[in-house]
Amino acid sequence: MIYLVLAIVVVVAGLGVVVLNRRRSPELPPTRPQVTIARTPKPVAPSPPAMGSVAAPEVVEPEVAAPEVVEPEVVEPEVAVEPEKPRFRDRMSKSRAALVGVFAGVRGRTGITDETWDELEEALLRADVGVRVTNELLGGLRDRVKSKEITAPDALLEALQAEMISRLSGADRVLHFEPGEPDSPNVWLFVGVNGVGKTTTIGKLGAAQVALGRTVLMAAGDTFRAAAAEQLGMWAERSGSDLVRGAEGGDPSSVIFDGIEAASARKIDLVLADTAGRLHNKSNLMEELRKVRRVAAKGKGRVTETLLVIDATTGQNGLAQAREFGQTTDVTGVVLTKLDGSARGGIVFAIETELGLPVKLVGLGETINDLVAFEPAEFIEALFSE
Amino acid sequence: MFDTLSDRFDGIFKRLRGKGRLTDGDVDEVLGEIRTALLEADVNVAVARTVVARIREAAIGAHLSQALDPSQQVIKIVNAELVNILGGETLKINYASRPPTVVLMAGLQGSGKTTNAAKLARWFKSQGRQPLLVGADLQRPAAVEQLRTLGRQIDVPVFSEASDPVTVATRGLAEARRLGRDVLIVDTAGRLSIDTEMMDQVRRINEAIQPDYTFLVIDAMTGQDAVGVAEAFHQTLAIDGVILTKLDGDARGGAALSVKEVIGRPIAFASTGEKLDAFEQFHPDRMAGRILGMGDVLTLIEQAEQAFEKDSAEQAAERMLAGEFTLDDFLEQMQALKKMGPLSGLLGMMPGMPKELKGAKISDDDLKPIEAIIRAMTPLERRKPEVINGSRRNRIAAGSGTSVGEINRLVKQFSEMQKMMKRMGGMSVGKKGKKKMPNMLGALKGGPGGLPPGFPDMPFNN
Repeated sequence: MIYLVLAIVVVVAGLGVVVLNRRRSPELPPTRPQVTIARTPKPVAPSPPAMGSVAAPEVVEPEVAAPEVVEPEVVEPEVAVEPEKPRFRDRMSKSRAALVGVFAGVRGRTGITDETWDELEEALLRADVGVRVTNELLGGLRDRVKSKEITAPDALLEALQAEMISRLSGADRVLHFEPGEPDSPNVWLFVGVNGVGKTTTIGKLGAAQVALGRTVLMAAGDTFRAAAAEQLGMWAERSGSDLVRGAEGGDPSSVIFDGIEAASARKIDLVLADTAGRLHNKSNLMEELRKVRRVAAKGKGRVTETLLVIDATTGQNGLAQAREFGQTTDVTGVVLTKLDGSARGGIVFAIETELGLPVKLVGLGETINDLVAFEPAEFIEALFSE
Repeated sequence: MFDTLSDRFDGIFKRLRGKGRLTDGDVDEVLGEIRTALLEADVNVAVARTVVARIREAAIGAHLSQALDPSQQVIKIVNAELVNILGGETLKINYASRPPTVVLMAGLQGSGKTTNAAKLARWFKSQGRQPLLVGADLQRPAAVEQLRTLGRQIDVPVFSEASDPVTVATRGLAEARRLGRDVLIVDTAGRLSIDTEMMDQVRRINEAIQPDYTFLVIDAMTGQDAVGVAEAFHQTLAIDGVILTKLDGDARGGAALSVKEVIGRPIAFASTGEKLDAFEQFHPDRMAGRILGMGDVLTLIEQAEQAFEKDSAEQAAERMLAGEFTLDDFLEQMQALKKMGPLSGLLGMMPGMPKELKGAKISDDDLKPIEAIIRAMTPLERRKPEVINGSRRNRIAAGSGTSVGEINRLVKQFSEMQKMMKRMGGMSVGKKGKKKMPNMLGALKGGPGGLPPGFPDMPFNN
């Protein structure tokens, strides 16, 4: 038996080395989306978060190099759903009990002690913020406490909160919709692992977009999961959107391509393209998704958003998900779902600050109106208030 | 993406190597790293604290043994502790004396209840039972439709109707009796643990059908909240076991540890892939290694056993270690490896793989040119690559559709592999290592520290 183990290890290692050496030349980075967005320099935030490729344009203009001269209209930043401020906090507050005790402990002490730090650490970890980010945040605060800049527990909590909010500021959270020729629909593509709520998100977002007066077509690109297209079909019906679906087990790229072509022919404004959930470590499925992303930009449509859907219960694996999906499909933003449960979704803090993927939408409940714009200050405040 | 525990230890123990004995401060530092590893694996903060405390006790008691180097010793203790927590009682299904045996599936939205209801039905079928699936998820659009499709795929009948979930479950039970089905699996809607209305609904379903087994379906990617969810469901339903899903992802799956520790019920099944047969009974020892980031050697062995013919593999391995490994053997191993699944997955499971390899995207297509080159060689060339001269090289390149440079590279690397194997053969197995094998295997199963010394880059030996 041990022979077997040795044999496999050696052969796999050997193959790995051989294959790697065969491909010395580094892989080309994934091609940028064809719909490029002219970028205006982003105003420097007080503590600029590490933003990646998704910089934060204040004003989005259609690509300058477009063949026919379209007047460079300035698209007003538009949010899909009116943020309902009180709601965000209300929903999250359901689950605040765990944190209340912790911060009451911190506040209750006269000074900042070792227990204070332990409790802060525990609170952040419990919210799934992650070890590394937690250490970073608390490390900065420790220095400020050491230098006597901060002395009171209340001030410490405020400083932590302020630091977290500033790390989330300056990101572009607008869902980009760029008006163009009537036969050139915007395409928003939804990706993510299994069971995070992609189809449901599309259903709710579709309803919101219809309410904004846009015409919407849903493309049932999840051809793998049994009855996924039926599920999307029900949402299409409820929201008054069109639906394009293919055969179960069919090629998702072609379903989405057909959807975009149909939308173009029917002069529909926006295509919401669903994809099958897939684990980010399955390279064949990720390649399939890369193709979907490529093909979606091939026809008349313009892919103006690729949204990664992440479930608030997700732990540290969320970072790996964001990294892989980001590389494969040029993700432009994150949708955080199921935040109305007891999970706090702290992993998106790590995703946004480390990978520069802005959270754009948050799912706070089951009804159509429960998908709202992400508000960093309220998100952080909801984590902290008692 | 995270450092493995052994990577972390590496740094600490390098510094300690000269010291011979661990001080209390050293132990604290090591325990700190263990805690970080657990937290990065999504083990709940409170659970991590108690686990670390237990490990501290065990480590202090074990101070005496000087046979192993400290890192081996610590990893062994940690591993044993985790296996201990994850394992314990395993779930054995006792079928109801008056059929059907009723199984209720519960969990959050998106954890995989519907798919796993079907997988479980398939598993019962493979045990010679006749299951009936009941679709009581009337919440999510098309959930029942999904269950019906899955039912057709595994040839298991599905019962549902458009009424309310409690009625559907009750009627389903009557239907199972009428049809003489001996296992009833009830799929329910996903619900948040804090949604009192929905929790009340599942409680009523529970009362109506009096399940023999209630399974909580938990996603392996779940973070800190796993504990809260498990507690809430356990209070409402009295969970009998957990089904851990999406284990084919790269999440460390610390949620399994948290849930087991908090509700004290075994992880009964694990779902390891999208296909309906990717469902197996849970192996605590493997999960422990995974949480610590030590690779999944045992799964690898099992997959290998299925893919390789045992005798030929052993012969090949023996030849390998004796340095008589030929390109023919290489080709044969390569083909067997392909049967084990995608190469990148295998690399991920391998403990102690250098980082560049682990993260490398290697698709099975990358093997094709190598295969082509070997197939374009004559038997003599495959046995003795050193006979390959200029004209042979040109012929092979033309025959395989590759270039001379690629052939050179393959031959060179193959000879390096041969050398490496020879070195290992000399060190690990002695002359005829058969006698040592059971011992080594036992050590391997018990966790790390059991692989032969000098095994290159194995984390266990750091």
